[in-house]
Amino acid sequence: MKFARIILANLLRKKIRLFLTLGSFAVALFLFVFLAVVRDAFTRGADVAGADRLWVINRTSIINPIPLSYRDKIARIPGVKCITHDNWFGGIYQDEKNFFPQFVIDPENQRQVFPELIVPDDQWNAFVKDRQGVIAGARTAERFGWKIGDRIPLKSTIYGGGAWEFNLVGIYHGKRPQDDETQLWFQWDYYEERMVQAYKGNVGWYVLRVEKPDDSVRVAKAIDEEFANSANETKTETESAFAANWVKQLGNIQFLIVSIGTIVFFTLLLVTGNTMAISVRERTSELAVFKAIGFSDRAVLFFVLAESLAIALIGGVIGLLSALLLIPVLAKALSGLLPNLILSPTMLASGLLVALLVGLASGLLPGLGAMHMRVVNALRRV
Amino acid sequence: MVKVDGSGGQSSLIQVRDLDKTYRRGGEVIDVLQGLNLDVEAGEFVAFMGPSGSGKSTLLNLLGGLDVPTRGRITVAGDEITHMSSGRLTEWRARHVGFIFQMYNLIPVLTAFQNVELPLLLTKLSKAERRSHVETALGVVGLTDRMHHFPRQLSGGQEQRVTIARAIVSDPTFLLCDEPTGDLDRKSADDVMTIIEELVGRHHKTVLMVTHDPVVAARASSILHLDKGVLVEGKHASQLTGAGGVA
Repeated sequence: MKFARIILANLLRKKIRLFLTLGSFAVALFLFVFLAVVRDAFTRGADVAGADRLWVINRTSIINPIPLSYRDKIARIPGVKCITHDNWFGGIYQDEKNFFPQFVIDPENQRQVFPELIVPDDQWNAFVKDRQGVIAGARTAERFGWKIGDRIPLKSTIYGGGAWEFNLVGIYHGKRPQDDETQLWFQWDYYEERMVQAYKGNVGWYVLRVEKPDDSVRVAKAIDEEFANSANETKTETESAFAANWVKQLGNIQFLIVSIGTIVFFTLLLVTGNTMAISVRERTSELAVFKAIGFSDRAVLFFVLAESLAIALIGGVIGLLSALLLIPVLAKALSGLLPNLILSPTMLASGLLVALLVGLASGLLPGLGAMHMRVVNALRRV
Repeated sequence: MVKVDGSGGQSSLIQVRDLDKTYRRGGEVIDVLQGLNLDVEAGEFVAFMGPSGSGKSTLLNLLGGLDVPTRGRITVAGDEITHMSSGRLTEWRARHVGFIFQMYNLIPVLTAFQNVELPLLLTKLSKAERRSHVETALGVVGLTDRMHHFPRQLSGGQEQRVTIARAIVSDPTFLLCDEPTGDLDRKSADDVMTIIEELVGRHHKTVLMVTHDPVVAARASSILHLDKGVLVEGKHASQLTGAGGVA
């Protein structure tokens, strides 16, 4: 602690340079954390997946339907606890840019299969009773300022066009912050009733829960064998594998985010490293005096590293505080364009770790230079 | 009495024997010091004079453990420093040497008090003990009232006095002064030399000083001349003044 005053005095030696370096550090770290949050939002599916849930899709592609008649056959397979089905709707609310996912659901089994998405009982009962009823996720309802009782019109894009009118009867919330609260659900019966004959009796995919998660592989195999060599063969996989495959399709986005993040990291390293190198070079003779009067090589290295770590820590904390304040604002502004952006404590800790690593790395080279400099040569530079 | 012929006894505080220092510049070998012998008793005030490039500062750096000789040995208060490791030499410097540089070399972001306190941060002294030592050292150089000033707020002479306080605060075995008045006007130089004389006379410090200035050198008890790497005894201060060689 008796050296703290020396470190602080050196840190505050050039206040404008310190301010600019801290600013650069804070902005870069904010950007780094923001990119990490975006990346996490895209890859979160596999993390939040239910361990006991399986997804059954058409083996050809997820856009190919599966007959509704499969439901009972799947439900009879030993180990299946409950099953529901969904269809992608793809309607437009007012304008194409107002995108949010809309699903046709099976009201009878939805809540058993997705227990983490909570709908109050009275709202759920109203939904079941109203054929045109819809339940919206809390984020989507907040985004468009919807309240229960509102009339929601959607324009269909894939089922022959036309306007669909709905009554908002409920709003669901996720149990966990990372649960998707952007969906809109409406009833299978209303959908089926308005479908042209060619589309009737087909679902987009099935989602089921198994009795024991350890049994998932056997159940998935049994389902696919059941429909092998049929006109609509199935592909069954765990929810986490399904989510992981989904993310793989976003591979280029992930690569882009990781690339930008890496560039930001190295820019951070160069900015801080440059500041420290200049700062140490300016003080060569002072550091030589420290050594002349008896400070060891390691003490000189410690002074330089302590200074670069202090810059990293202060700049890092400013960057992380900015992230804490701004990411919820950005998440709201980007609602519908990106999955929910969540800044977790783990991410904050990782940000702090990155800051400290950058601080350490940027101070190391100038510090080693100062440590190994010859006092006689350094004093001659005065 | 200082001796340069290697005839000094074991009682000498500083004993230098057969000291060579060679530099290589490209393919050229430059002999800066050649077979130098020196014996300095405790409490002596020795001035080294000589033309530029004669090896004065090199000798001072070697005596202060800032540089290592090519050949020969230096013994200070019974410790042979020529074969010490870099780490041990650093510890030795902290205990035995006080440096006074021509350009003061104070840390500009620290106050006079904090600059003087620096060597004490390497000791186990408490904060109160450090304060007491620093105030005493600043008192010796007459700067108690300037202890909270930064170097930029002090005159050149005052800065050099702070440097002297920093050099003496840990009570080192000897002081090495490299052109201590080289950057000062005559009045300030005189003040600084008076302090150094008091350190020798009243506090029995051993001082080795390099200077170009015969007036300053005349304040020392012995003057040695370095020329082409060889040390020769010069005229004593009283002889210099007596001969009217100095103003």
